[in-house]
Amino acid sequence: MSTTDTAARGTRGDGTSSRPSGPRSPLSAAMGFAGRHAVVVAAIGSLTYLLLPIAVVILQSFNKPAGRYNTSFNEFTLSNWTNMCAAGGMCDSVVLSLQIAVLATIGATVLGSAIAFALVRHRFRGRSSINMLIFLPMATPEVVMGSSLLTLFVSMQMRLGFWTLLIAHIMFTLSFVVVTVKARLSGLDPNLEEAARDLYANAWSTFWRVTFPLALPGIMAAAMLAFALSFDDFIVSNFNAGNEVNFPMFVWGASRRGVPPQVNVIGTLMFVVALLAVVGGQWAAAQRHRNR
Amino acid sequence: MSVAARRGAATPYLLLLPGLMWLGLFFAVPLVTLVSTSLYDPNGSLREGYRMTWHFATYGDALQAYWPQFRRSFGYAGTATVLALVIGYPLAYTIAFKAGRWKNVLLVLVVAPFFTSFLVRTLAWTTILADDGFVVQTLQAIGLMDPTGRLLATPVAVIAGITYNFLPFTTLPLYASLEKIDHRMIEAAQDLYCSGAQAFRRVTFPLSLPGVVAGTLLTFIPAAGDFINAALLGTPSTYMIGNVIESQFLQVTDYPTASALSVMLMATIVALVVVYVRKAGTEDLL
Repeated sequence: MSTTDTAARGTRGDGTSSRPSGPRSPLSAAMGFAGRHAVVVAAIGSLTYLLLPIAVVILQSFNKPAGRYNTSFNEFTLSNWTNMCAAGGMCDSVVLSLQIAVLATIGATVLGSAIAFALVRHRFRGRSSINMLIFLPMATPEVVMGSSLLTLFVSMQMRLGFWTLLIAHIMFTLSFVVVTVKARLSGLDPNLEEAARDLYANAWSTFWRVTFPLALPGIMAAAMLAFALSFDDFIVSNFNAGNEVNFPMFVWGASRRGVPPQVNVIGTLMFVVALLAVVGGQWAAAQRHRNR
Repeated sequence: MSVAARRGAATPYLLLLPGLMWLGLFFAVPLVTLVSTSLYDPNGSLREGYRMTWHFATYGDALQAYWPQFRRSFGYAGTATVLALVIGYPLAYTIAFKAGRWKNVLLVLVVAPFFTSFLVRTLAWTTILADDGFVVQTLQAIGLMDPTGRLLATPVAVIAGITYNFLPFTTLPLYASLEKIDHRMIEAAQDLYCSGAQAFRRVTFPLSLPGVVAGTLLTFIPAAGDFINAALLGTPSTYMIGNVIESQFLQVTDYPTASALSVMLMATIVALVVVYVRKAGTEDLL
């Protein structure tokens, strides 16, 4: 195993140039040991920092808050889970988030995959400016993207609502789809398509029977990413939703009056679904690998 | 020669056109309307409509009025970026070099925060940092904090929240570049009598620089524009420029001022990024 390899060498490297070889003193060995583990200890600390809020979200979903604010653990209850929609307007906001996320995912995945295919499989002029146009939205703060789109909609006198929200979501997820699908496509062996053509497949059937199936894992990953980004978006949505309220906007509004504990139920559900999707995806990839 | 090339040059453009039009119409054109909105007559209103008067003075006025928030945004974002690097590096290093078969599990744990809502997990920090929460209680018990001191509604809470929210963005690129390092390079350094620390400083760290640059950019850019942490974990005295832009657009509806602030935020970020990438000598990243 490579990890133990480097670990062993790490201790050997502790000797100074005055004592280049021979057995090392127990002290320097002990310090080397502590040094190596300091990194791991720091890493465990970082992971705790990352995961602690998730534990709190899950815990609070089973809490019966003492007052208006669900901030400290009071009493165990299942009623938040059984009365999920008791928090006024929350379930409607989840439904809106799901609708927008599904439609935005379809839109962005179709448009973005087409761009990725063109960029990887074709040579044409203007590539670098196209790459720039795709890169820039990912490097723009959401508050700038959201507010600039708002000025466009206002100057075009478009009514803010479902459709402006959908337009915005397709816009900011598109670049992520392009990048993800492109990564998969450029890792593919072009000889496979060559072989299909040598076997008299035309362009259409080469694409649908060879290229597309090979690209599919990348397209699926891109779609999952787009869905997650869209479902959880607050900043861009907040500028362009008009009177519509998606789930993050509901949480934002509720944070001023006291957040209902059902919000933590949705937070926990999102976590469980996403975890299952990722673990399932890795498992499926491992199976495919084994069958090969 | 690929099939598509033989079939003619139209195919790539047909594939590109719909998506690029979408980005052009709803990403590039809005940046133009944002700039033009910032130059409208500041005496207009959303209800009566705005006239274009090329009123450049809005920029100076807005900067003067909101300089503290502007400076705070970059101060908080810079601090959070450095903290995320310090916290994320050991984590990325451990996953790349010491995790063995736990690598994938740890990577899933690093992105786990993204599995739940940004706002919900930021609100969880109000519980963790609450005055009667265990963090404050522990710090007070061991004398590291005043009995009346608090964390929530302070800059510490806001910076901690920002660092937390963007930590995976720092960790993943770091991991990606550490993972690519050829172990034999580090072994060679040690065979040449480098100590562990020297090998890290002279070999491992320089080789991970592309990850450092990518990770810090991915953290700094969204952090500078963030207003969720400042709003949920702070008070108006910790508000950042994002909070001002949000309220100027949506509550005050002073569009010229809000647009000018948005343009200046974007311009400052672009300028800083260009300088930083030049300095780090990794232009090929862009």
